[in-house]
Amino acid sequence: MDILLNITIYLPLLAIAAVILVRTDQAVKWVSLAATSVTFFLSLLLIFNFDTANSHILQFVTEGPEIIPGYDIKYLVGLDGLNLLLFMLTTLFGPIAILSSWNSVTKHLKGYYSMLLLLQTASLGVFAALDLIVFYVFFELSLIPMYFLIGIWGGAERIMATIKFFIYTLAGSLIMLVALIYLGFHAGGVHAEYIFTADWRFISSPEYQIGLVEQTYMFLAFALAFCIKVPLFPFHTWLPHAHTEAPTAGSVILAAIMLKMGTYGLVRVCMPVFPNAFMEFASWFAILAIIGIIYGALVAMVQKDVKKLVAYSSVSHLGFVVLGIFALNTVAVQGAVIQMINHGLSTGALFLLVGMIYDRRHTRMIKDFGGIAKVVPVFAVFFLITTLASIGLPGLNGFIGEFLILTGAFFSELYDNSIYAVLSALGVILAAVYMLWMYERVMLGSITNDENKKMKDLNFREIGLLVPLVLFMVWIGIRSEDFTRYSEVWVDNFIDVTETKSVAVLKEAQKDDLPGWTAAFYNLDEESDELEVELVQIQGGLK
Amino acid sequence: MDLPTALICLIIGLPLAGFLINGILGLASEEYRERKTLIGTLSTAAVFIPFFISCYLFLVTSSDASAVVVTLFTWIDVGTLTVDIAYRIDQLSLVMALVVTGVGAFIHLYSMGYMAHDEGYWKFFAYLNLFIFAMLNLVLGNNLLLLFLGWEGVGLCSYLLIGFWYTDMAKSVAAKKAFIYNRVGDFAFLVAMFMVFQTVGSLDFDVILGNLEAFSSEYLFWIGLLMFIGATGKSAQIPLFVWLPDAMAGPTPVSALIHAATMVTSGIYLITRLSDMFVLTPEVMLIIAVIGGLTAIVAATIAITQNDIKRVLAYSTVSQLGYMFLALGAGGFTAAMFHLVTHAFFKACLFLGSGSVIHTMEHVEHGLHKEGKDVHFDPQDMRFMGGLKEYMPSTYKTFLIATIAIAGIPPLAGFFSKDEILMHAFSAGLGEYAGAMYFILWGVGIVTAFLTAFYMFRLTFATFHGSFKLPEKLPEAAGAERHLHESPSNMTIPLWVLAVASIVGGFIGIPNFIVETFTGQPANVNLLHQWLEPIAADYPIVMGKALEWVLMALAVAIAATAVYVAFKMYGHGQQDESDAKLAQRFGGLYQVWKEKYNLDEFYEGLVINPTVRFSERVLAVFDMKVVDGTVNGVAGTVRLFGSLFRYIQSGVVSNYALFLVIGVILVLWMVVF
Repeated sequence: MDILLNITIYLPLLAIAAVILVRTDQAVKWVSLAATSVTFFLSLLLIFNFDTANSHILQFVTEGPEIIPGYDIKYLVGLDGLNLLLFMLTTLFGPIAILSSWNSVTKHLKGYYSMLLLLQTASLGVFAALDLIVFYVFFELSLIPMYFLIGIWGGAERIMATIKFFIYTLAGSLIMLVALIYLGFHAGGVHAEYIFTADWRFISSPEYQIGLVEQTYMFLAFALAFCIKVPLFPFHTWLPHAHTEAPTAGSVILAAIMLKMGTYGLVRVCMPVFPNAFMEFASWFAILAIIGIIYGALVAMVQKDVKKLVAYSSVSHLGFVVLGIFALNTVAVQGAVIQMINHGLSTGALFLLVGMIYDRRHTRMIKDFGGIAKVVPVFAVFFLITTLASIGLPGLNGFIGEFLILTGAFFSELYDNSIYAVLSALGVILAAVYMLWMYERVMLGSITNDENKKMKDLNFREIGLLVPLVLFMVWIGIRSEDFTRYSEVWVDNFIDVTETKSVAVLKEAQKDDLPGWTAAFYNLDEESDELEVELVQIQGGLK
Repeated sequence: MDLPTALICLIIGLPLAGFLINGILGLASEEYRERKTLIGTLSTAAVFIPFFISCYLFLVTSSDASAVVVTLFTWIDVGTLTVDIAYRIDQLSLVMALVVTGVGAFIHLYSMGYMAHDEGYWKFFAYLNLFIFAMLNLVLGNNLLLLFLGWEGVGLCSYLLIGFWYTDMAKSVAAKKAFIYNRVGDFAFLVAMFMVFQTVGSLDFDVILGNLEAFSSEYLFWIGLLMFIGATGKSAQIPLFVWLPDAMAGPTPVSALIHAATMVTSGIYLITRLSDMFVLTPEVMLIIAVIGGLTAIVAATIAITQNDIKRVLAYSTVSQLGYMFLALGAGGFTAAMFHLVTHAFFKACLFLGSGSVIHTMEHVEHGLHKEGKDVHFDPQDMRFMGGLKEYMPSTYKTFLIATIAIAGIPPLAGFFSKDEILMHAFSAGLGEYAGAMYFILWGVGIVTAFLTAFYMFRLTFATFHGSFKLPEKLPEAAGAERHLHESPSNMTIPLWVLAVASIVGGFIGIPNFIVETFTGQPANVNLLHQWLEPIAADYPIVMGKALEWVLMALAVAIAATAVYVAFKMYGHGQQDESDAKLAQRFGGLYQVWKEKYNLDEFYEGLVINPTVRFSERVLAVFDMKVVDGTVNGVAGTVRLFGSLFRYIQSGVVSNYALFLVIGVILVLWMVVF
């Protein structure tokens, strides 16, 4: 099984060699499709063999030797309750991305499919890597194929868009790199054997604690990188450009997979590693998330370009995810984890659908459409279902995530007020406004543009792309338990770890002489007796 | 699988199966779309069978039986939040299931005739089945979240069916409007659910109602208020009712089923379901009563001025729903449910009757076109109707019966239910809490009863009495009466079924005091009261028999007067003159009614347009110029420094030498001075 995980990650990369070697365009496509499909089926074996009851423990682990003696930097991949579903989502979107490009990409096929395959490996690597240096390498590696996908196969203003995307995210992650190196040495200082360690299992464990001052700086550095990736308001402006200019498959992977790297990083690293900073900053991030939810929705509402509208809707939807993560209780964090998958499915499907009408009409402007439901009825049905999933209709997937997040946020102890959840719930109304208004202007009414009259309805390939996504939307919508159970133990366990660590750090901090702002920010005047009681309570809860 | 589980699976599953089969096959195969008999029969059977099963369950359930809960599978299980797909068979859910499947089944039958020539026949029946499925989830669900699934599900079906003829943009816009106004209410509902879950850790009805003492009084108030706001969306009350009149854009069977008999009564069901909770907060009860009473009279005044046959009925529905909320707020949960049931009968009958009329008027238009006459008129405008009773006897008779029923003339259904509501309002007026308010509301109810009888008879007379106006008003439509005809039997049978129900439906709730007066002994003849006793936390009615008789007589007298006035003004088809007279008499007030209190303009002008404009002109610009501009600014600054330093790194040795010399001079200068 352990080798299987590695095969799953690297098969797309190996397939690049085959893509380069084969002669015909058709062969390039088929090789790519075969590689990503096999990847998907292999990943199914992983999920079937996953031990759900122990989802807080890393499984299918491959651990390499340390690269530099004394430095605990090593190849380390594995799956646990947090990354399993994201990993599966990535393998699912592999063949979908390939198939969606089947007829719409015509230039430099070898390069294009190589980039998609490289992106696949990089994305899988990001989610599977548990050595933070390796994680960082994959995190950066994923930028490169996307840079080329937008820059070469993108729309008219692709160069500006791709440079902005690349530099913006790179700037964020370089700051993270600095923090990561500091973190590695700091952790090495505690570790018995190494002077540097980037092993997430150690860094996130209760034994390893970081003082408040260092925590604050490192948390902010990591959080900045992840929030740019999410993107959280106000770091979102690269997204509309990148999405609009990217080719369909690029948009799909960007929305479905790459944005999740940000929210994933927040849960994976920021939560258990910097617990005090995470908890103290929680309401700040929640405020940004709420602004994102409402602001993103309002800006989405007035977009004239369908792709831009969907891009801004992502800003709004991912605001929900961030809100759930920082609420730090089981309901909300579980909601956030499943909402990452939900957003991947529904927004991925939306970009596919937009790509399909773009292929036919070579425009993404809302005003160029109108009334096309009449000529493309099958498309209309898929578009409607996806729209409804996106606006959180109960019975479809989006509702499950939103409901869990909002419920959890409502009684979160970290948010001093339930108004956070109430304001965010306004996003539920706004989502209906902008999505249905868009649907109305694109699909309904009579056909205003003669060119739309001869539009062809979806072909079998396109239907085949959408059907699995719709099935998952419905499946998660009515039996969410089949999916949330994978992360249940993980989330429970690591919320406990986070809370325990935070109390322990605070207790330790009482003894030290810290800068004034730290004492004020972390409420250090609290009596240490109370902390003792709290610690006992939390540990009691653990058992 | 035990019997209840199997039966629930059939009740819920058949409409879903009908939706999937007709929907998927219809989408996939053009050939299938043409097999209308098959499609219609399948779909209608998928509602009739659940109706028969509901009847069976109703017969085997005793009035003191405790609820049977059927759990199918786990829906959500996260941390402490567990929600099952579980259904509940009890007295209240059975009443609702009977109404939904019973009225629904006959409306399906009717639609087979009404929609026979529509190309979207398959889609229509698929949507209709989906609606029944969602509505059954709403009324049978055992927890708030499953109720909410049905709640939003019926909203979706409403959206799909209002916009059924989506190529007409106005209809699509009306559909979206309905969905969004409902969403505003749903937002409040969501927040109420958060508060419930936070307090009791569950959304199951049994847990909520079994732990009412766990709620703080503040929470009880807010939960009650928020749920009621949710109800104002779905059940079209002030301030969110404006979507319902526009919803008449949908095909008429949809108006009958969704926008009169079933979906719009969801809010009444919800509050009755949680009546034990609502009675704990008299403040919320008062708010419900006030909003209900206000909506009743506001909508009734608008109804007087409308000329579109369906819009009159739409405002009438809003008004009657207001009545039901007035009953709820006055502690008459059973009374509200009673009116819900009788209203489902007579209002569905009225809508289907109007559909029959519209069907004929459209037929007239087509007939004239075929004759080569280029005549255009609105087939729903009653000013072109009149005198139809001779051509459409069944439609006329059933319509008249339903009108008498809604007007509150004894012994038809509406009389009993409306009387019980007024009785409750009066009784609450005698109570200690806000007695004066409830007295006023009782007065509002009486005035509304007058208005109801008046506008309904105005509608009936203008449509069916006098002479056929179309040829009189449009000379080119001469001879149009040739094309008038009664509707086919699959449309008139449902009309008669509903008309009979409108006559006898009231007998399930005969007030005890009537029998007591005659027999001199305590009686227990009010079947609905006995039936709903385990669930509805009714306030007792506190007044003597004599007073009850007086009130009842007053209500009848009011209704009779209204019918008389309406007959005088409209009985001979003199609608235009009488409308003008009314307008003159009431002056500015009439204008306000005619313009529907300008609520739509109010929302558009004060909420919708400013939000869109703000987003467009401020936020979108802010996003590009300020947020993105800052990013570009940072990048630009970096580039600026980069470009400055670039000149230094020119690679030309003599430049470097120059810099060296300058540097040396600077250093020397600094050292010396």
